[in-house]
Amino acid sequence: MSDLTAFREEARAWVEGNAPEFLRGKASDPNAWAAGGRKASFIYPESRDWLLAAADRGFSVPTWPEQYGGAALSRDEALVLQEEFARLALPMPLTGFGYSMIGPTLLDHGTEAQKAEHLPKIARGEIRWCQGYSEPNAGSDLASLATSAVRDGDFYVINGQKIWTSGADQADWIFMLVRTNPDVKKQRGITFILVDMESPGVEVRPIRLISGASPFCETFFHNVRAPVHQVISEVNSGWTVAKALLGHERTSIGGMGRGGARTSLPDLARDYVGVDDAGRIDDPALRERVTQCEMDAMSYGLTVKRHGDGLEAGHKPGPESSMFKYYGTELNMRREELMLSIRGPQALGWEGEGFEPEELNQTRTWLRSRANSIEGGTSEIQLNIIAKRVLGLPD
Amino acid sequence: MATLVLTAPQDMLARTAAELISKHGGVDRQRKLRDDGDELAYSPEVWAEMADLGWLGIPFAESHGGLGMGMAETVLITEAMGRGLAPEPFVSAVVFGGGLIADAGTAEQRAAWLPQLIDGEKRLAPALLEAGSRYGLDRVETRAQSNGGGWSLSGEKVQVVGGVGADGFLIAARTEGGLTLFLVPAAADGLEVVAQKRVDSRNSAIVRLNGVQVGAGDVLGDVGGGLEPLGRVVDRATVAVCGEMLGVMTEAFERTIDYLKSRSQFGVLIGTFQALKHRAAKMFIEIELCRSTVMAAARALDAGDSDAELQVSNAKARCSDALILVTNEALQMHGGIGMTDEHDIGLFMKRARALEFAFGDAAFHRQRFARLRGF
Repeated sequence: MSDLTAFREEARAWVEGNAPEFLRGKASDPNAWAAGGRKASFIYPESRDWLLAAADRGFSVPTWPEQYGGAALSRDEALVLQEEFARLALPMPLTGFGYSMIGPTLLDHGTEAQKAEHLPKIARGEIRWCQGYSEPNAGSDLASLATSAVRDGDFYVINGQKIWTSGADQADWIFMLVRTNPDVKKQRGITFILVDMESPGVEVRPIRLISGASPFCETFFHNVRAPVHQVISEVNSGWTVAKALLGHERTSIGGMGRGGARTSLPDLARDYVGVDDAGRIDDPALRERVTQCEMDAMSYGLTVKRHGDGLEAGHKPGPESSMFKYYGTELNMRREELMLSIRGPQALGWEGEGFEPEELNQTRTWLRSRANSIEGGTSEIQLNIIAKRVLGLPD
Repeated sequence: MATLVLTAPQDMLARTAAELISKHGGVDRQRKLRDDGDELAYSPEVWAEMADLGWLGIPFAESHGGLGMGMAETVLITEAMGRGLAPEPFVSAVVFGGGLIADAGTAEQRAAWLPQLIDGEKRLAPALLEAGSRYGLDRVETRAQSNGGGWSLSGEKVQVVGGVGADGFLIAARTEGGLTLFLVPAAADGLEVVAQKRVDSRNSAIVRLNGVQVGAGDVLGDVGGGLEPLGRVVDRATVAVCGEMLGVMTEAFERTIDYLKSRSQFGVLIGTFQALKHRAAKMFIEIELCRSTVMAAARALDAGDSDAELQVSNAKARCSDALILVTNEALQMHGGIGMTDEHDIGLFMKRARALEFAFGDAAFHRQRFARLRGF
């Protein structure tokens, strides 16, 4: 405990000394988030300063080993650091798939050479990553993917199409699943490979969603050559790597259920609906929905904490990520629906006059939230996984 | 906030509790007590063994003769009891009744009751409910009139769990200035105990007070100041009930999963049907959430955290909703056999309902949560 106290003092002093004044209070401003990369455009120049300062101290990827650019923090220390960021409502210095997905996957499955090549560049925000999993005909049934990779000397030649590649138009590298053997059970012929997006034959087209412009893209591969040494783990064993990575993705998407530094539901309701003589939200039905939502968020947060405490105490991790993905996303979607109900007709704005900026933002975040139970494995797929792997129900 | 993981001694306690309950027959024992029309509706030998193991002293300070443990341990006992539908009045007699004496009693009152309660020799029954009280602790019609240095109690308490065979009752009565708690021996003149039959077949009684005369020394706590200790101890009893609910829902759920893996229709196991799989997976998640809230509430009470009441209401609301969901679904997934008295799953549903209404249902605790948070 005293170690944590000492670390907290150290972290607090570092944050006070290094966090740009301008970014304090901007934790929930997406313009302040930095995903890095060769094409990085920092909307606020302070985001770049913040990223570089954090990277110098290993705090952009705090739990990674020092030789790969991290600070080798324990889980508890990393939580303390997060709390210190949250105390000043600071944005995380680095976001993105490099930090949250391919980095942890490389730490688990990469060779020493692969880690040395890729991890430090992620830590410093030099390379931004995107994910090539889904295909037009391989959504929930991801293992039926058809993008092919054929060996040619020291290279694989890749042909096919990926979809829902978030940020592909901004990314420098893609981690992707390709079919290297079409003649075996579908899960057994998949390989996990890393590809430079600047390779000849890669083409990216952005996708427009019901919520408007989006980071999603279609990504096409025409005879793209990727070196064999960029295969992670063994050839044809990519499905195992992919599932491990999906665990990281689910935990990260599920994290949205935890609330945090976002709009306070009760405050929003008091503001839009008004209060009665006793100071209560002046609509009993809405008050009940707000209460239920707050209680669900509290219970979910406690469950995430219990799971984390269990890991810390040496319990083996199980398929809990499916539970968190399911509940966290369903909770977030209910919260978005509730915020619409609270704002009423003022939540209908698309753009222009007559609506406050946060009302216009609300319309878009609500529409965007409808994807939460689809992306990263649909809610139905998560329930299938729980039924099979936790409850042992028969196929 | 405290760590939400069992320590090694807590893990051991949970195992020992589970072993004791199943050694005495588990759910079969509850069925037999019901079928025999047993007057006490629980087993004195199980109660005695719980006392021998020290469990009746778990929530009491060592200075009161207890083990000096807390709610974190108490809920492990009640969870094991819930799994086996054990009918012993542990929550009412020990956590609630004994807890009230430990909280509000004088040194003499503690000395007179706690050691014998902890030894299993004397049984206490708190008489909280009246026919019109629902969940309001202050909705009390029973009156206490002061006379000649003592008090005269009149009124009727209902659904006094563990009331049949109790040696003493804790009675909340209206006095000038508010609510006052009284410790009344079962043998007092004018006190009548009538067994009551409830859907869960537990020991339950009507306690009629016809001008029962008690002394000034039988007042528990301050005259007119009963509501405050009552509220504190009811929060502890509520969390203990949540532990029991967790046990009931976990057992009913696991029995249902086993059934899905063994029952065939249309030539396949019914557990292959996605319509059932998804509902089972959702129940699993709900139970996981319940477990977190119960552990958190127990630890918040033990630590005296400022949000303890909030945690208690969060746990009770959640457990109430989940327990009803799980026991209703359990019966539905068992199909017709689940409706027969011969099958055990109905016993879980009956216990569930009694636990749902103990110390406030989900709606009551959501309202309380909203009030505490100022919604």
